[in-house]
Amino acid sequence: MTSFTDSLIELLGGLAWVPENAAGIIFVTVSVLVALPVFLFMTLNAMVAVYMERKVSAFMQDRLGPMEVGIFGFKGGKRFWGGIGQTVADAVKLLGKEDTIPGEADRALFIIGPFILFGAAFATFIGIPIGYGLVISDFNIGIFFVIAISSIGVIGVILAGWASNNKWSLYGAMRSAAQMISYELPVGMSLLLVVMVVGSLQFHDIVMWQEQHRWFLFHSPFTALAFLIFFASGVAEVNRTPFDIPEAESELVAGYMTEYSGFRWSIFFLSEYANMAIIALMSAIIFLGGWLSPLGGLFRTFNLEQSWYFLEGPWWGVFWISIKAIALIFVMMWVRWTWPRLRPDQLMYVAWKVFIPFALANIFFVGIWELLLG
Amino acid sequence: MYNDFAPIPIFIILSVVFIAFALFLQHLIAPAKRSALKDSPYECGEEVEGSAWVQFNIRFYVIALIFIVFEVEVVLLFPWAVVFKELGLIAFVEMVVFLGILTVGLVAVWRRGDLDWVKMVVPYGQGRYAKLAQPQDDVDH
Repeated sequence: MTSFTDSLIELLGGLAWVPENAAGIIFVTVSVLVALPVFLFMTLNAMVAVYMERKVSAFMQDRLGPMEVGIFGFKGGKRFWGGIGQTVADAVKLLGKEDTIPGEADRALFIIGPFILFGAAFATFIGIPIGYGLVISDFNIGIFFVIAISSIGVIGVILAGWASNNKWSLYGAMRSAAQMISYELPVGMSLLLVVMVVGSLQFHDIVMWQEQHRWFLFHSPFTALAFLIFFASGVAEVNRTPFDIPEAESELVAGYMTEYSGFRWSIFFLSEYANMAIIALMSAIIFLGGWLSPLGGLFRTFNLEQSWYFLEGPWWGVFWISIKAIALIFVMMWVRWTWPRLRPDQLMYVAWKVFIPFALANIFFVGIWELLLG
Repeated sequence: MYNDFAPIPIFIILSVVFIAFALFLQHLIAPAKRSALKDSPYECGEEVEGSAWVQFNIRFYVIALIFIVFEVEVVLLFPWAVVFKELGLIAFVEMVVFLGILTVGLVAVWRRGDLDWVKMVVPYGQGRYAKLAQPQDDVDH
């Protein structure tokens, strides 16, 4: 399996004007070249997702604000593009806002905190494929890498909350830490099922398996349950409503972000929306067939030959995985604007007394299922 | 061919560079008017009452310990899951024994009440709330 980086390195190495023994320089150049789109994606993702979030909330709860702000002659109003001016205004506002650091804060940790959070989200994208071969580094430990790197973010949250020297931040960070580590276990355990069935940690192998057999969502009742547990825990890990206790604005102001302003604050925002995209992409790849066309499976059951109406291929793959991820992000927003927030004790209850026992039992039952039927 | 893991340090360095660049950009265009009031921590407009760096009831301390045990378990389970289909029943039985021991641990912790966020429920009108339960004569109904 060659990754996107491999092909780029080959391409660059083959050029006439590139010196023979410059492998190191070529590699660094290629890494920077693939890192730029990732950064661009994270920024655009946050802007588009915020716009989407506003519109979803406005349509669901009949909110007026997000519908009105127009730009360049676009009038607002209850239309699809109404309120797009707000997105532009947001970006300008965040860059133009004063950057304050409280005098009593621990300056070094206060500055380091968001860097860790962002770095974790940024580095996670190395392992996530968005199409066949469209991955920066195709690890043989893919799933494991993504879980490991993305969970480093919690350190940034604790640092930020502690360094702010603010009571709200401290409360928010402590709750956040408890929540993030609790929900990491169900995430790991439900991904374990898939690894058991496929026998590989590589994302490509998992999607290939689903191409040959079926999507994991439909594989067995236990993998379907694993998908639910994974998705719900994923929503909890990115601190979104109904699990947004750390940032509960009605009781904790803004949780660990209280003292941050301007761009330093939007780093948290970028990371949060990037983590949302990571969870949605992971669910799509692991349980919903990744870049496989939903039509392919449908037509194959009728024994039709491979044809154009499967809409399969490398570029359609990117289209399908985006559709699946956007649909899952929409579900996250739908949940946010439908359900109220949980209490901290309910949150711990759900993690430790519902998800973890179910996930443990799931491992056992999938083992039996695979031994009998697999 | 290069090492699969080589992009990680480069990405980490680049994340710092990108963020530092954006912060520098903000430094150029954003105003910077500091004042003592602006530098004080936000406490809903009240004057700041002491420091936030106090001894704090880390409610989840035991939970964090249990988390480490289970996280190590999950890490141990991943290599097992990869070879699960090749080894078949033997591997499954061994892992059931291993998981069984851990499940007993989880049940024990559950019974001890370490998984509860609310450690103690004071019934209404008991302890420090005794005064609240007393009938208040001075309230007009």
